[in-house]
Amino acid sequence: MNESAHLSSQFDEDLGHLRTHVLQMGGLVETQVSAAIDAYSSGEIASVKTIVDTDRKVNDLEVAIDDDCAHIIARRQPTASDLRLVLGISKIVTDLERTGDEAKKIAKGVRRIYEAGHMPAQFGVGVRHIAEAALAMVRQALDAFARLDTELAQNVIRADADVDTEFKSIMRQLITHMMEDPRTITTAIDIIWIARAVERIGDHAKNVAEQVIYIVEGRDIRHTGKKGNAA
Amino acid sequence: MQIHDTPQLKAEARDLSFYYGEAKALKHINMPIYDKKVTALIGPSGCGKSTYLRSFNRMHDLYPGNRYEGEIRFFPDNTNLLSPEVDPIEVRMRIGMVFQKPNPFPKSIYENVAYGLRVRGENNKRVLDDKVEHALRGAAIWDEVKDRLQDLASNLSGGQQQRLCIARALATDPELLLFDEPTSALDPIATAAIEELVHELKKRVTILIVTHNMQQAARVSDYTAYMFLGEMIEFGKTDEIFIKPQDKRTEDYITGRMG
Repeated sequence: MNESAHLSSQFDEDLGHLRTHVLQMGGLVETQVSAAIDAYSSGEIASVKTIVDTDRKVNDLEVAIDDDCAHIIARRQPTASDLRLVLGISKIVTDLERTGDEAKKIAKGVRRIYEAGHMPAQFGVGVRHIAEAALAMVRQALDAFARLDTELAQNVIRADADVDTEFKSIMRQLITHMMEDPRTITTAIDIIWIARAVERIGDHAKNVAEQVIYIVEGRDIRHTGKKGNAA
Repeated sequence: MQIHDTPQLKAEARDLSFYYGEAKALKHINMPIYDKKVTALIGPSGCGKSTYLRSFNRMHDLYPGNRYEGEIRFFPDNTNLLSPEVDPIEVRMRIGMVFQKPNPFPKSIYENVAYGLRVRGENNKRVLDDKVEHALRGAAIWDEVKDRLQDLASNLSGGQQQRLCIARALATDPELLLFDEPTSALDPIATAAIEELVHELKKRVTILIVTHNMQQAARVSDYTAYMFLGEMIEFGKTDEIFIKPQDKRTEDYITGRMG
């Protein structure tokens, strides 16, 4: 990644704004995910409304950033690292926006569960654990983008495999619970939705990390099965 | 877009250096020119790209004190274009050149195109008519001039004059066409016409183009070479050069960071 200044300071400014807006959007999404996990653990369903409201801001930012990307392409015809930055950002914001959507799904699931009664204690731990892992992935992916740190991005990509494995194990546990006691089915299904949303958040964080590697190194490692190792 | 086929070599610079008197303008350049592909030469002013381009048709021979080292091999016959035994006139029959500013001769449209053929000794009117028409069609200007072939070439617009110069270069059926910033004096419409033409021409001729307009290089070329201070810094497929150049200096130039 090229950090030296352009001949056009206006271009530097445009790209600077773009990056700032992505980080701002990332910050909002991170708050959403973190608040959704807190709500899940604590049963504080008051925060659900805030999470849903934040989603609107996230959506607006996605549209605004995509628009900025289009403007930069039209006016500046970016090349090489600049081109990769703009293309990468345009994909990153999609993943961030979807991360926000998943946080919203978690929040709404939490509300259904707690409004219907209490969270059965035995269900809580596993989901909370992968949720923390997914949140850490989101944070690291954003840090990796902010610092253009490919090593950190590779950590995120590797972490996704653990989240996926843990998701499958949670599924098995929930199925067992449901078979043992059919009265838990309603809650268990809500928890499955939540766990699924958490797992998707991990996937989106991984996508962001892959874009960071593309931006920095020009290598597209999507769908290659490579865990971000040097080609 | 990927270029899948392995192209054949049309020409190759081998350890090519060039001196304007004492000044070394090209430094040990090695570079392939692939057959029926467009290769763009980019780089800041004074980087040697025009000097390099002109070496191909021995333009430097006209001035005393100019000196080549190394070779430019031309295929399929593996001739060294720079060898003193090779006649520059013969080289220029095989390698045409189009300049920055359209430079038609102060003659009719017809005679501009027929000129190279006449120099070659062709005087048969029917052959000349055929070849002139063919070259004008090849340069995408036939329809605009077919009814006024005897008009002075200088009456044409800038874009038309440039296409006429391309027709003039095409008339001798060259194998390689050299373009030295062919659109820098033209408006966007005329520029687009020339770019479209380059795309057509590469079906039958190899093209080497010098351009200051990087977007133009990106649009028209299959391969791009970045030159700086007389050196070939990086050569590669255009897609790769413009998305992921290997050399920091190439990156700085194409992203507009050259101070």
